[in-house]
Amino acid sequence: MESIFFFVVAAVAVICSLLVITCKNPINSALSLVMTFFCLATFYVMLDAPFMAVTQVIVYAGAIMVLIIFVIMLLNVKAETVKPNTHAVLAGSAIGIFSMFLTVWFLLKGSLTGATGSMSPQSIAKTGHIEIIGKALFTDFLLPFEVTSILLLVAIIGAVILAKKRI
Amino acid sequence: MLALENYLVLSAILFSIGTIGVLTRRNAIVIFMCVEMMLNAVNLTLVAFSRYLGNIDGQVFVFFIMTVAAAEAAVGLALMIAFYKNRESIDVEDINMMKL
Repeated sequence: MESIFFFVVAAVAVICSLLVITCKNPINSALSLVMTFFCLATFYVMLDAPFMAVTQVIVYAGAIMVLIIFVIMLLNVKAETVKPNTHAVLAGSAIGIFSMFLTVWFLLKGSLTGATGSMSPQSIAKTGHIEIIGKALFTDFLLPFEVTSILLLVAIIGAVILAKKRI
Repeated sequence: MLALENYLVLSAILFSIGTIGVLTRRNAIVIFMCVEMMLNAVNLTLVAFSRYLGNIDGQVFVFFIMTVAAAEAAVGLALMIAFYKNRESIDVEDINMMKL
């Protein structure tokens, strides 16, 4: 049952991501990408990570995609009419498919050490996923967490300076 | 429970589709969306490993990757708007102002 569900959602994710790179109209690409993000959120739920699924939907499918669609509509981007360079498409696809086979080959050749940590579905159900993440974020990863806030501040200032005509 | 390989192979496929999109498309916004897709493929790998190895660190990394993606979206789209003001186009073929 779980594997049937996995393969159905995986097929939807792959088809939607193929639509992202084949659609001529950027709006269609953006909407297909939203569907891909929802499929990934489904996988996070299957992997016992509900908080990551919620963040995926809110941050990616919500904030980032709204921003992208907003910019597409603001700039009034037309669908591509120029025919793409066939050689470039062939070379790019060859590189991409080659890298995929290389990755899968390494993947099937390698093996895990078998070491496991303390987290299990039982402990997630007992303590709660958000509490586990919150503990890790505010103890082991406190400095990166604080640095992230500075990164966001710099990004906001940079975006305003780049998009503004005169400061 | 499903084998870990399923998630990793799916993630590799999504990453490669994103790579093909970055290499073949000419519209800067579509390239940007393909980069987001590649970041998401890596996120799926990290969450899958985190679950199967029983360690929360992978999911904390995903959290940081999402933050960086949000910052990247803000700055990247502002760059595109600034470029569109100059050239009336966001085709990557037109981005050649730094060429000698």
